Amino acid sequence: MFGSYEFDWSSIPGSLTFLGQGLMVSLEITALAIVAGIVWGTLLAMARLSSIKPLAWAAAAYVNLFRAIPLVMVLLWFFLIVPKFLESFLGLPPGSDVRLASAMIGFALFESAYYAEIIRAGIQSVPKGQLAAAHALGMSYPQAMLHVVLPQAFRNMVPLLLTQAIILFQDTSLVYVSALADFFGAAYKVGDRDGRLVELVLFAGAVYFVLCFAASQAVRHFQQRLQRA
Amino acid sequence: MEYQWNWGVFLLPSAVNDGTYLDWMIAGLQTTLLLSLSAWVIALLLGAVVGVLRTVPHRGLSGVATAYVEMFRNIPLLVQLFFWYFVLPELLPTAAGDAFKALNPIAQQFIAAMVCLGFFTSARVAEQVRSGINALPRGQKNAGLALGLTLPQTYRHVMLPMAFRLVVPPLTSEFLNVFKNSAVCSTIGLLELAAQGRQLVDYTAQPYESFVAVTVAYLMINVVVMLLMRKVEGLVRVPGYLGGK
Repeated sequence: MFGSYEFDWSSIPGSLTFLGQGLMVSLEITALAIVAGIVWGTLLAMARLSSIKPLAWAAAAYVNLFRAIPLVMVLLWFFLIVPKFLESFLGLPPGSDVRLASAMIGFALFESAYYAEIIRAGIQSVPKGQLAAAHALGMSYPQAMLHVVLPQAFRNMVPLLLTQAIILFQDTSLVYVSALADFFGAAYKVGDRDGRLVELVLFAGAVYFVLCFAASQAVRHFQQRLQRA
Repeated sequence: MEYQWNWGVFLLPSAVNDGTYLDWMIAGLQTTLLLSLSAWVIALLLGAVVGVLRTVPHRGLSGVATAYVEMFRNIPLLVQLFFWYFVLPELLPTAAGDAFKALNPIAQQFIAAMVCLGFFTSARVAEQVRSGINALPRGQKNAGLALGLTLPQTYRHVMLPMAFRLVVPPLTSEFLNVFKNSAVCSTIGLLELAAQGRQLVDYTAQPYESFVAVTVAYLMINVVVMLLMRKVEGLVRVPGYLGGK
């Protein structure tokens, strides 16, 4: 059924170290964006639920804006435009390369908009009486959030947060547009160098599939255990 | 150094003299819309079939449908795009591969992007269709079977007419995602909106204007789609359900 294409997988074994480094970069970006996304996303979610109207509007505007534009556009903004702006605004020397750091920040800001929505739903799933009870015990609002509401909210959200983490891991492949050598970027480079793009794209797809499928099965398993508990 | 804003840049004739830069943007917008809408049609058709298959009481069929969904959901869109564009033409029977490569490059990019986005989105549509079918009260299926309808008839006349209506609101966000995901197709050189924006930066040295314009265009697409879907949701709302949910 296949055409006359002759597979030659020989460029992969020699490049495993390089590909492994790329995978590490992907995982590092993922970890960084998850942490930043959850922290910043929690603040956004709380701002969005705040009774201070301007704060709630600002958070809503932020979340809706980032959710309406493609990730590719956000990365290009932060890779091409923001560094130029920073250079002229902060008077950085033109040679200083802030582009990668900037793209990373853009990625984290983008993903936190999605986390904010999950966390907002999580906070709203906690019964109102919990907050009232915490206040009745004499806790201040920050104390009540930190010790009573958020721990319960996060417990409910864990499966969703993990699923989002898998999506985020897949999204990291798009840092390709910012020339960062993540896993897919590394695979593409090897394939391009050896004229073996077919094998390397298939290999990259297989690796992503195995990792994401295993992770999503684990999340499902965990979710079922949580429901039974 | 002070940045010189110049919104008039869009009215300047382009560097290669094929109209103004505004024409470039409009061409990009057209490609984005055409690509996303044709991919959406593929996604709806495939997604409906696969989603239904996931719910049928037949291990083989539902297994194939599950494998299909897992496959397209667990590989990043970018990798899938490169598969359709760079890999598949090499693996096809020689005649088909050569026929594809003989097309003009723009057609090649467009077809690969459309098929890729269509299949990618269809797996997500299938999940929504499946949960729509599963959300139906079990009695509906049993009632259909008890009336003497066969299983396909029960699907055709009892379950699907309800399920397809219930599934419209959750499909709105998938529809929005098609437009956003289409920006990924700029990576294979397809000159859609994001790619035109990037090209304008290189040609005009007015990066802010072109990026603001592209971003606003995406926001507008978003708003239009949401308003449109709200109308559609109103049309298909099932009386007696909370907000048609």
